[in-house]
Amino acid sequence: MKKKVLATIVAAAMSFSLLAGCGSQGAAPAETEPAATEEAAPAEEAAEAEAPAAEEAAPAADGETISVGFAQVGHESDWRTASTNSVQAALSKENGIDLQFVDCDNDSAAQLEAVRNFIEQDVDYIVIDPIVSTGWDTVLTEADDAGIPVIVIDRTIDDSDKYVSWVGSEFTNEGLAAGAWLKAYAEAKGIKELNILEITGTTGSSAEIGRTKGFHKYVDAEGWNLLDSQTGDFTQDGGQKVMESYCKSYAGKFNVVICQNDNEAFGAIDAMKAAGVSYGVDGDVIVISFDACTAGLQMVLDKQINADFQCNPLQGPDCLKIIQDLQAGREIEKQTFMAEPWYVSEDILKDISYTNNSGKDVTEPLVVVDAATVEAAY
Amino acid sequence: MDPIKRITKQQLFLPFFCLLIVLLINLIKSPTFFNIGIQHGVLYGRLIDILNRGSEIAILAVGQTLVVAVSAGTDISVGSVMSLSACGTCMMLAGYGVNSTTQLAVPMGIGILFGIFLGGLCGAMNGALVAKLKIQPMVATLILFTAARAIGLLLCNNQITYIRYEPYKYLGNFIPGCPIPTAIFVTIAVIAIVSILLRKTALGLYIQSAGINSRAARISGINSAMICFVCYVICGLCAGIAGMVASSRIYSADSNNIGLNYELDAILAVALGGNSLGGGKFNLAGAVVGAYTIQAITTTLLAMGVSTDQAPVIKAIIVIIIVVVQAPTFKEWIANTEAKRKALAAEGGQKA
Repeated sequence: MKKKVLATIVAAAMSFSLLAGCGSQGAAPAETEPAATEEAAPAEEAAEAEAPAAEEAAPAADGETISVGFAQVGHESDWRTASTNSVQAALSKENGIDLQFVDCDNDSAAQLEAVRNFIEQDVDYIVIDPIVSTGWDTVLTEADDAGIPVIVIDRTIDDSDKYVSWVGSEFTNEGLAAGAWLKAYAEAKGIKELNILEITGTTGSSAEIGRTKGFHKYVDAEGWNLLDSQTGDFTQDGGQKVMESYCKSYAGKFNVVICQNDNEAFGAIDAMKAAGVSYGVDGDVIVISFDACTAGLQMVLDKQINADFQCNPLQGPDCLKIIQDLQAGREIEKQTFMAEPWYVSEDILKDISYTNNSGKDVTEPLVVVDAATVEAAY
Repeated sequence: MDPIKRITKQQLFLPFFCLLIVLLINLIKSPTFFNIGIQHGVLYGRLIDILNRGSEIAILAVGQTLVVAVSAGTDISVGSVMSLSACGTCMMLAGYGVNSTTQLAVPMGIGILFGIFLGGLCGAMNGALVAKLKIQPMVATLILFTAARAIGLLLCNNQITYIRYEPYKYLGNFIPGCPIPTAIFVTIAVIAIVSILLRKTALGLYIQSAGINSRAARISGINSAMICFVCYVICGLCAGIAGMVASSRIYSADSNNIGLNYELDAILAVALGGNSLGGGKFNLAGAVVGAYTIQAITTTLLAMGVSTDQAPVIKAIIVIIIVVVQAPTFKEWIANTEAKRKALAAEGGQKA
């Protein structure tokens, strides 16, 4: 009897959590709608502009819509929401695509299952934002055998090359750009000595590895003094806790704080405020952040963050282009790096030059944030 | 009994002793650890950080102690419930689907009460499952452990809801003009209310008797199931209050991260306080001291610049030592070897 009750309760619990999971998925499209209608206008224009491509695409699919399965990581942040919305808006009915969206809730087993399901349903294309970078070889081989092209976005797959293309950000370049900007900014401002405190993201995440690698290249080359580096786990609370401790350990000894995402920067700024440290454009401490979400750009506009390096979440249009190119039988690049603007608070520097991760010397413009930029951010 | 023995025999001796050792290590490593100053009209220093940052775990530990005592099991949902009540409050204050607001949709008090009420509701659900349906506490609370965060996400429409309204920050930071972090007052209030409830009513006694032998307690006229239910509700309310403090610190509801892994710290605090996880007799003060010990370790590691990735390893080593020192078997062994040594010495003395 007791066992039966227990079993019922556990079953109830499972269906309850399932319900909650479904509910959150159900809520996502509702939330997407305004964004979708907003983005629909430019997308339609784009569709018109690419009319020949679309016409070519249509016969290839025998006049039917192209079916695409999208296995997304989850919905842990604003950034992820923006990414989901972008793909859903781009791979829409208007563009001749029937998109099946699965939110995998950060469960890599569920994601593999979702991809297998797509293969069984024989969709035309599969889009994956892989939760983990390994364990993909078997399932991607299955997709390859079934003749379904796989497009990988955002995160990377390390143990298989059986995908047609990858669209995402080059985190190392973001770190390099931050280093290049800091060097140029310090020169322009006549700051001789840089004492840097770093708040990194979740240890082992590709964003943390890339941004640290890129920035540290400049730290080592320029001989800057990196006082300490601790992880804030990409959260506001984490950033606040670490900065609270930094303010006591290195009181008056630091003049740069670099946070690996905006949420950490918000926390660090609160902690500096509480400790009476002046920061931002008019303060003693230069604040650098990554991600550039709306709230982050607002802080850049308010001169609280000096520079914010965007990690572009809008993979949708690039995804659509790859699918259209494949439909038309055109050659495609194995890797597509998305354009990523660098936002700054002051109009001192026009652009920055650095050697990017692929070894090319590039000069990229800096965008001075105004109200319109904040409005347009994700 | 000599005075030293009398002190060491106190139940609170070991928890305090452990806390003192952690602080002592700091004193040797860097004396500045104990500096407390007034900066910009508020108290500033690492000791204040420990008291301030330890608040959430201390509040959770209060509720957890009662749950452990009455049902010989742990409530593992408290961290998720913290997140749910934070989301509930922020949703009420901002209005559904609003991502960031500077103006409140309802008065702040109502929002906060709603959040704490949600905590109590979760506690009531856990309590009903454990007390009425006699489900093992860990299984019963596993339901909300998994579901509460997801419900929170639903309430907040899958985003982080920001309340950029100055008074909302007071609870987790400072009330203007008051140099002591507000969270410390909240903790004191929670501890005081629960202590009064336990001492001035027979609740404390009932909890102990229900925890030691619930059937015997029922036969002697105590409504064991009701007592158990009440303890879970108190635990849920504590989680709700802790959630308010955590949410106020970051003036937002980050449903993925608020109270993450706090249930483990709360259970650890109960154990560090010298409470048996087998239920029965309990010691509230011990659990609170345990909570601050955990925070002291965390703050110490941060202050020493131990990389936050490696900190858990060192934390684990310290915790193992503390738990082993407090284990009855270990104490017995020490007492035995002591007695043997004395006996040997006495024998040797006789021979000579």
